[in-house]
Amino acid sequence: MADTTPITPANMPLPDSDEPTRRDVIMVAAGGFAAAGAALALWPLLDQMNPDQSALSLATTEVDLAHVEPGQAVTVMWRGKPIFIRHRTDAEIAAAQDLPVDDLPDPLARNANLPDNALATDENRTTKGREPWLVMIGICTHLGCIPKGQAVGDYKGEYGGWFCPCHGSQYDTAGRVRKGPAPQNMAIPPYAYLSDTKVKIG
Amino acid sequence: MTKARAFGFTVAAVCLLAPGLPASISAAAEEPKAQAGQPSHGEPEISSQGWSFTGPLGTFDNAQLQRGYQVYKEVCSNCHSMRLLSYRNLGEKGGPEFPPEAVEALAGQVQVTDGPNDKGEMYQRPARPSDRLRSPFPNPEAARAGNNGALPPDLSVIGKARPGGPDYIYALLTGYHAPPAGFQLAPGMYYNAAFPGNQIAMPPPLSDGIVSYGDGTKPTVDNYARDVSAYLMWAAEPKLEERHEIGARVMVFLIVFAVIMFLAKRVVWARLHEHTAPSV
Amino acid sequence: MEHSSTYQPTSGFGKWIDTRLPIPRVMYTQFITFPTPRNLNYWWTFGGILTFMLVAQIATGVVLAMHYVATPELAFDSVEHIMRDVSWGWLMRYSHAVGGSMFFLAAYIHTFRGLYYGSYKAPREVLWILGVLILLLMIATAFMGYSLVWGQMSFWAVTVITNLFSSLDAVVPGLGTRLVEWIWGGFAVGGPMLNRLYSLHYLFPFLIAGVVALHIWALHMPGNNNPTGIDVKGARDVVPFHPYYTIKDGFALVLFAIVFAALVFYGPNTLGHPDNYIPANPLQTPQHIVPEWYFLPFYAILRAIPNKLFGVAGLIGGIAILFFVPWLDTSRVRSTRYRPIYKWFFWAFVITCFVLGYLGSQPPEGAYLIFGRIFTAYYFLFFLVVMPVVGWIEKPKALPGSITEAVFGPEEAQASSEPAPRRREAEAVL
Repeated sequence: MADTTPITPANMPLPDSDEPTRRDVIMVAAGGFAAAGAALALWPLLDQMNPDQSALSLATTEVDLAHVEPGQAVTVMWRGKPIFIRHRTDAEIAAAQDLPVDDLPDPLARNANLPDNALATDENRTTKGREPWLVMIGICTHLGCIPKGQAVGDYKGEYGGWFCPCHGSQYDTAGRVRKGPAPQNMAIPPYAYLSDTKVKIG
Repeated sequence: MTKARAFGFTVAAVCLLAPGLPASISAAAEEPKAQAGQPSHGEPEISSQGWSFTGPLGTFDNAQLQRGYQVYKEVCSNCHSMRLLSYRNLGEKGGPEFPPEAVEALAGQVQVTDGPNDKGEMYQRPARPSDRLRSPFPNPEAARAGNNGALPPDLSVIGKARPGGPDYIYALLTGYHAPPAGFQLAPGMYYNAAFPGNQIAMPPPLSDGIVSYGDGTKPTVDNYARDVSAYLMWAAEPKLEERHEIGARVMVFLIVFAVIMFLAKRVVWARLHEHTAPSV
Repeated sequence: MEHSSTYQPTSGFGKWIDTRLPIPRVMYTQFITFPTPRNLNYWWTFGGILTFMLVAQIATGVVLAMHYVATPELAFDSVEHIMRDVSWGWLMRYSHAVGGSMFFLAAYIHTFRGLYYGSYKAPREVLWILGVLILLLMIATAFMGYSLVWGQMSFWAVTVITNLFSSLDAVVPGLGTRLVEWIWGGFAVGGPMLNRLYSLHYLFPFLIAGVVALHIWALHMPGNNNPTGIDVKGARDVVPFHPYYTIKDGFALVLFAIVFAALVFYGPNTLGHPDNYIPANPLQTPQHIVPEWYFLPFYAILRAIPNKLFGVAGLIGGIAILFFVPWLDTSRVRSTRYRPIYKWFFWAFVITCFVLGYLGSQPPEGAYLIFGRIFTAYYFLFFLVVMPVVGWIEKPKALPGSITEAVFGPEEAQASSEPAPRRREAEAVL
């Protein structure tokens, strides 16, 4: 005497829809724990993509400046990025110092060794007592190309600094953007001089 | 046994056992167990020592780890590398926790190879915290040449790479005795009660007073062996404390969650019994 | 009884998707309203647990693959880099390693459930075969994953197991050796082998996922089996999958997670072998090569048979025999609950699997070898002799008339009148 009624949602035994609130509390708690558990499990899966401890541990680069003459520049790698170090001539220093900051497209110093609101004076872009030396992350702030200007024969743009061949941004002798689509001055990394001829980046 | 009783028993058993699971697993399991089925001759005696880090609530003793590092540096590092560790690990949480200046100093005491420089030459410079621990030999061949053909193993994960873990390391370091009568010792080998086969190429590395501790701990072989074994366990499992800590929170969360889910399941299924035949 | 319905999604968005790709409809009929026998016990929760484990292994695995390097020089170090430097790397690695073991624990319980309750019998033969195929893919995946660590056990397990193929030299001279060199991509296990193991280890879980989809599809054609083994006969025998079995599977999953977490956080290396923390050395073989625990029974069978070729046949046969179970078992009754003679042989088989597992971890000599042979013999006899013969000669116990009768007893099932089913205008939401 098998019941041959087809099994459809219409005739399956169903839970009640009017319920005392105690049931709701437990169901809400169960749902809440499940959601919390899922979020807690998801976080490590996302966080693991962040730079790991070995990348974060301040990998430093020491650079020997003894053989860099005025007018010359070197490029070194730090944290996977090129660092422009230019030994500026007096003319280049004068051109950089003699400028009202208000005229600049980006008035901020962008110097990791100074507060964020420091202004882009040449003083704030270099170290006191070592004005000829400019230490800068050599990446154009527009879309990340490496500007020209390190080699002696490079075209350095109208301001004698650096010229980015990708979209024409022009930087002055303190690495500040003067023309073109780049929104910011090239950034100054954390650095310190170990001696007159040695600088430590990072 | 009715279905309901069987089920209730199972749930109660799991919930009662659940808090005990970490303890029972951890008590024996944090170090690799000594293997059954070892060769019947020369069966090493590995007794379990009391370590601060065993058990689900186990933690490392910072001072012990610092002394252990000192033993490693002054004695073991002459032959054994630990190339998976960096000097900065000595200052990180959950380990010896040397203060930052001490880490810089410990690193700076060691010369490491860097380069090539602009002339294309490799050069020596003091290590930085971000450098890996310096290896005593540039390659395994040099290590063998310096040790009568035997290769001193890297110690980075030795705490997990031997059955018995730190118990075994302790037993080995304190296991150098005169061989029993009639034991055939090959030339260049030393008798050791804990080493499988009882013959080891490493000469006894520790002797009383070989390392002078700065914190008043007695400079005995037993203490050196204990401290360096604990240090090597940390080196193998630097995240042990963090793992235990997070584990405790996860277990509590899951046990509470299990209780809630059990009640929720009963609530849902109770509706079924309301609609159909009264429960027998 | 394939379950379909005239379900229409309620939301506008749901309707829009449903007319273009009937996923809302399929999800609803197959996982919400699906009529499921009301008497499933906790042995039935392992299917859901296995699905969770597959997702967990894929998630942790993809994340590990972002940091792992598959060359012999860097593999071991990259795993240690994950353990020490990568944020939460230790948790990802231990979860993935322990997860492999938990996956097999659940899979074996799930398989034994199928054997005990006759879930492989008509019309569920293809369901069973797909399940055995999943088990085979899991075995391959786990073997390859373990090898990626490139520890001593990893390296030598790969060497030993791939060398087994050279046993074909006994069938066609030179064929086995040629096959092994093709597998290795060289004359020994090395860089090429490691790289292809990595590639395939990443691929196989997605093959498993595909076969799992077919497995669930094949299940949903006849619907679930149940502890009585008798077919669903009417609406009173079933309940909708949601909320009854979603909540029950969820509860079982949390209990399973407690065991999983206890191992990950307090005993992550308990199920492993210390030798795998020694970097692979092609010039030095470990004293005892031992696979992970879930392979031990098959390893015992392999070593019990003295001939190399027949040992390999036994290893493969031990798994392959499972494919034929729907036809080996001649019983007219599905569930062992009602098979008084067979049940003793069944439990003897379970004990055999445990004993073979233990023996697989011991050196194959002396008493270990003798017992290994005895229990290997029973393993195969169980499938080849017990299943056909006992099914034929056994007189089963009387089956209940229906699932409802099994749950409530015959008087209650007849006496109580079925209450009017509740109308479903709006879909019931908890």
